[in-house]
Amino acid sequence: MSGESSSEGSGASSGEGKGVTMRVEVDVPKCVASGQCVMIAPDVFDQREEDGIVVLLDEQPAPELHADVRESAVVCPAAAIRVIEK
Amino acid sequence: MVGASAAGLAAVETLRREGYEGTLTLIGDEPYHPYDRPPLSKQILGGQWEPDRVPLRAPADLDALGLELRLGVAATGLDLAGRTVALADGSRVPYDGLVIATGVRPRRLPGDGGERAHVLRTLDDALALRDRLGAGRRLAVVGAGFLGAEAAAVARGLGAEVTLLEPAPVPLAPAVGERVGRMLAQAHHDHGVDLRTGVAVAEVADGGVRLTDGTLFEADEVLVAIGSVPNTDWLEGSGLTLGDGLECDEYSAAAPGVYGAGDVARWHNPLFGTAMRIEHRTNATEQGMAVARNLLRPDERRPFAPVPYFWSDQYDVRIQAHGYLRGHEEVAVVEGEPEERKFLAVYRSGDRVAGVLAVGMPPKAVRTWRQAVATRAAWRDAVGELLPEGA
Ligand SMILES: Cc1cc2nc3c(=O)[nH]c(=O)nc-3n(C[C@H](O)[C@H](O)[C@H](O)COP(=O)(O)OP(=O)(O)OC[C@H]3O[C@@H](n4cnc5c(N)ncnc54)[C@H](O)[C@@H]3O)c2cc1C
Ligand code: SF4
Repeated sequence: MSGESSSEGSGASSGEGKGVTMRVEVDVPKCVASGQCVMIAPDVFDQREEDGIVVLLDEQPAPELHADVRESAVVCPAAAIRVIEK
Repeated sequence: MVGASAAGLAAVETLRREGYEGTLTLIGDEPYHPYDRPPLSKQILGGQWEPDRVPLRAPADLDALGLELRLGVAATGLDLAGRTVALADGSRVPYDGLVIATGVRPRRLPGDGGERAHVLRTLDDALALRDRLGAGRRLAVVGAGFLGAEAAAVARGLGAEVTLLEPAPVPLAPAVGERVGRMLAQAHHDHGVDLRTGVAVAEVADGGVRLTDGTLFEADEVLVAIGSVPNTDWLEGSGLTLGDGLECDEYSAAAPGVYGAGDVARWHNPLFGTAMRIEHRTNATEQGMAVARNLLRPDERRPFAPVPYFWSDQYDVRIQAHGYLRGHEEVAVVEGEPEERKFLAVYRSGDRVAGVLAVGMPPKAVRTWRQAVATRAAWRDAVGELLPEGA
C-alpha cells in the first residue's frame, strides 16, 4: 500500500481537535467478512458481494468520518483494519 | 485491567481514545502481547500462518497507548474495599476503576494423556497440537462444538485421520438447530471425518480415550473440546457474585467501579431481556469498549445491549450468525437450501426474531436480517405465521 501522507500539517483537517490526516489499511487475508466495519462506517468500507470480504472505499477518509473509522478498527473481529494518523 | 486479550485491549484502547490520560495497567498471565484466538483453530493450526500474524495490534500501536504492561503474571486476588489487585509475584496494583476480562479456560476430562492430550485455547496449545499432526496421525476430537469441528476440519486438511466424538445425536443442534446441525454433520462426512454421535467419553486414557461404556477408542492424539470454564477463581472470596462467570448488571458492572467484559462476564442484555454469557470474539471487543465508556462517564452510563455476532469456518463453509440463537423455539430457512450450503435461516424466540444464520449469502441480505434482530422485529411480520410448538 502506498504511503503518501498528504502534506504534513496542511491544517486543512480541523474539527477533530488533533488536526490529523488519516490513512486506512486493511489486511484483506485476515478479514472474516463480519460486516462490522460496513455497519459502522459505510462510506469507508464495503463488502464484496460474493464472499463478504471487506472492500476499502476510501483510503484517506475525511475528518468527519474519523471517529467511525477508529471505531471500526477497534471493533473489527479480525484486527484487519489499521488506522494511521499523522 | 485484568486479562490482556481481546476484551482487555478494547477497554484500554477505548479509554485512551476517549481521553483518559491517567495510568492504565494491563495485567495478563500469558507472556505474550495481546493476540487473537480465532485464527488458532484455523490458519495457525493449519500452518498457513505463523505466530507473527496473530498479535492484535502492531507493537507501535500498542506502545502508543502508553500502558503499564504486566504480562506473564497472574492476578491472584481482589480487595474490593481497598481497591487493589494482588498479583502472583506478590505485588499489588491499586485502582480507581477495574475491568475484569480474564476469559475462560478449556474444560478438561479426567485421565492423563501426557503430551498426546490437547486442549485448544492459547497460542502454545495450537502450536503443540500442530506439531503432532500430519498425514496418517490418528486424532480423536472429543466434542463436536464449533471449536472441535473447526479443529477436525483443519486436521483433516493436514492429512490426519480424524474422528469426532459427540454425545448428542446431531452436533450443535441446541446452538443452530437440527437442520443446520445435520448440514454440518454432512460436511464432516464429505471430507472424510468420521463423526460419531451418541458417543460419550469418560476419560483420556493410555492410547486413546475411554468411552462411558468402558471401551477404549484408540488414537495417537486427543483434542478435548468440551466447552469452557470462566476464569473467576482468583475472585473467590472477593465479595463479587460468581456463578456461570462473573455476574454483572445491564451496564456490565459487577460492583461500583468494577466491570466485567468478554467471555468471563455474564450480564443482563436488555435487548433480549435475558442474562447471557457470550464466548464470541466480537462480543469481547464490544463489551470491552462499552465498559470503558461506562467507567469513563459514570453519569452517562449506557446499558450494554448488543446483537451478538459470531462466525465459524469449517472446511469451505463459513457460518455467520447474528443474534441470540440459544433456546430458540423455531428455525425457518428463508433463502436457499442448507443442503446446498447456501442459505439464510432465521430463529424465533417467543414471538420475536432472535437471530439469523447464513452460509454463502450476499452480505446485504445478512445485514437486512440482522437489522430485524436489532429491532426485535415481530416474527409474524418478518417471517410469517408461528409454527406450532416443536416444528
Ligand atoms: C481456538 C479458538 C477459536 C475461536 N474461534 C472463534 C470464531 O471463529 N468466532 C468467534 O466469534 N469467536 C471465536 N473464538 C472465541 C474468541 O476467541 C473469544 O470469545 C475471545 O478470545 C474472548 O476474549 P476475552 O478477552 O474475553 O478472553 P480471552 O481471550 O480468554 O482472554 C483472557 C485473558 O486473560 C488471561 N487470564 C486469565 N486469568 C487470569 C488471571 N488470574 N490473571 C491475569 N490474566 C488472566 C488469560 O490467560 C487470557 O490471556 C475462538 C476461541 C478459540 C480459543
Ligand atoms: S470488520 Fe473486519 S472482519 Fe469484518 S468485514 Fe470489516 S474488515 Fe472484515
